[in-house]
Amino acid sequence: MFGLAKKDANLLLIVAGLVMLAPFILNPFPGESAMAQFNAGYPDLMQRFVIFGIFAIGFNLLFGLTGYLSFGHAAFLGVGSYAGVWMMKLLTINVIPAILISTLVAGIFSIAIGYISLRRSGIYFSILTLAFAQMSFALAASVLTPITGGETGLQTALSDPRILDSASSGGNIPSPAIFGMEMRDSAELVLGGWTFTFNVGYYLCAVVMILAFYTAIRIFRSPFGLMLRAIKSNQQRLNYTGLNTRPYMLACFVISGMYAGLAGGLMVSMDPLAGAERMQWTASGEVVLMTILGGAGTLIGPVLGAGMIKYFENIFSKINESVLHQWFAFMPDGLEDVIVAMLYPFIGKGWHLTLGIVFMLVVIFLPGGLVEGGQRIGAMFKRKAKADDKSSANVEPAE
Amino acid sequence: MGILEVKGVGKRFGGLQALGDVNLSVAENSVHAIIGPNGAGKSTLLNCLIGKLIPDTGSVTFEGQSVLGRTPYEICQMGISRVFQTPEIFTDLNVMENMLIPCFAKRDGAFAMNAIGSVTSQAEVQDKAMQMLEDMNLADKRHMLTGSMSRGDKRRLEIAMCLSQDPRLLLLDEPTAGMARADTNNTIDLLKQIKEERDITIAIIEHDMHVVFSLAERITVLAQGTPLVEDTPENIKGHPKVREAYLGESVD
Ligand SMILES: Nc1ncnc2c1ncn2[C@@H]1O[C@H](COP(=O)(O)OP(=O)(O)O)[C@@H](O)[C@H]1O
Ligand SMILES: [Mg+2]
Repeated sequence: MFGLAKKDANLLLIVAGLVMLAPFILNPFPGESAMAQFNAGYPDLMQRFVIFGIFAIGFNLLFGLTGYLSFGHAAFLGVGSYAGVWMMKLLTINVIPAILISTLVAGIFSIAIGYISLRRSGIYFSILTLAFAQMSFALAASVLTPITGGETGLQTALSDPRILDSASSGGNIPSPAIFGMEMRDSAELVLGGWTFTFNVGYYLCAVVMILAFYTAIRIFRSPFGLMLRAIKSNQQRLNYTGLNTRPYMLACFVISGMYAGLAGGLMVSMDPLAGAERMQWTASGEVVLMTILGGAGTLIGPVLGAGMIKYFENIFSKINESVLHQWFAFMPDGLEDVIVAMLYPFIGKGWHLTLGIVFMLVVIFLPGGLVEGGQRIGAMFKRKAKADDKSSANVEPAE
Repeated sequence: MGILEVKGVGKRFGGLQALGDVNLSVAENSVHAIIGPNGAGKSTLLNCLIGKLIPDTGSVTFEGQSVLGRTPYEICQMGISRVFQTPEIFTDLNVMENMLIPCFAKRDGAFAMNAIGSVTSQAEVQDKAMQMLEDMNLADKRHMLTGSMSRGDKRRLEIAMCLSQDPRLLLLDEPTAGMARADTNNTIDLLKQIKEERDITIAIIEHDMHVVFSLAERITVLAQGTPLVEDTPENIKGHPKVREAYLGESVD
């Protein structure tokens, strides 16, 4: 199906299903219940899940396949964001040109950075990409202020030309839209205690993400993808086998940069404001964490990793001391205070600590990331099922 | 003139003159063995042929064209394939994937942007790789990760990978080192068969004299970076200088 092997097609269908039903799946708790703060099914966060999912899928095409660790991928996200806002300022508030141009501009930018950085491998490659990204960040925040808006950031304004749009009615800055439907428009469905929100922006991002995921699967399974994996395994051998690894690496780097630009374009389509901090090295580090946490080199891993980190960032960080007191109010006062004091460092602003611990545990015990965790659990069930049913002896080799 | 002409090649590593003044002519469609004690510079010589090392002096021409100044992938695309002393394969990939890579390199050249069609849908390349694996008795291991294979299997896979590119010149660096006697004999038969079936020139470095004398038509003896003698196997066997410099100490 769709030119994919059965296993991959199933994975794609599952991901598409989960993404499309996310407003339900991420809202398991009724709005009034104490657990409601663990709900993640609101548009803003759901958009971030899929946008960072795209970013991480693209990063994984480079890191997961070739083993080249870019430490400057946020630069492409930032460049894409700026390009997107400029399209919405100059051309039209319709997000489609913005998203396309974001991807394209990030692609061109990554040709330049890739061409130079790929002269080195290993740690030197990482440092070169980091240097370029920090340079871009510093330039965007200072001398390039006319293009980037400097430290205040770049945003749409009422006075923007928007040559393709008819003069705006009313005195408001138009909001990003796709053929008249605004990104922030939502439909709500109230069922009992639950409120489910279906947001235009989210569904746009979701469709793009599914397409991006599909493309990534095709690349993974293509001869091009095979060569990239061979580069990771033994680049020397590939050279002595008559293959020029340079253009393979550059093509991979540019595709990966375009995914980042696409993510940047979607980001500004949801909220037309691009700031330089989007290019900072912490942002580049975040996508590395997402990919490793989920499982580098796997198809679904980066998406899981992105989801997990964004969930922590947005949900764990909102639990504060008074919420903890509420939870443990049933305990005797002294004990309650002790427990709250013990948990306090891990919540609110301390979410970084929790994430750090989770990350360390995953890297040490599950080097293949969350995907390996899933596989181990799957294998456990399989072994159990096999013990129950000894007749099914033949196991197909994994393709 | 031979298919491969090495003239006055020298290579120095710091204070060590690994290759002195090597002259070598390998005749087309012959099997040419290079023997010599450990550290004689045999692998270094091969490295100079495939662009892994650039010699300090001298020239190397293949089918009349200089290989010096060319990158390894260009030299391979010219028609020289090499099997390394320690097997160089893609240990994170399975046997079939290893086999497919040189087949794609042969069909598509040094770079092709085949990013959308799946590997499994490329029927001709799949068939060719499968055929090669069957010829090498590796077909039933095609899903195995090569990192976990025996040394003999790795070696056969590497030979198969090189052969799938239809090289004009095949360079073998101690292909039977560390192999059991039975595997060694299989390798001899395999190389004989390859030689019969194909238009191919083979240059082989080998320590095992049984292998050398079963295959070689010409033998060059290398010692301390310079060729000592070059002759037919019969003459080399009886050559006093060779017996003294090399055979005497290594026939076990
Ligand atoms: N890359 C290198 N750097 C420094 N010395 C080297 C290098 N490659 C080989 N040598 C030295 O050159 C000499 C010849 O090595 P080699 O060609 O591997 O011998 P052999 O005939 O056993 O294959 C040895 O003394 C070896 O230590
Ligand atoms: Mg050697």
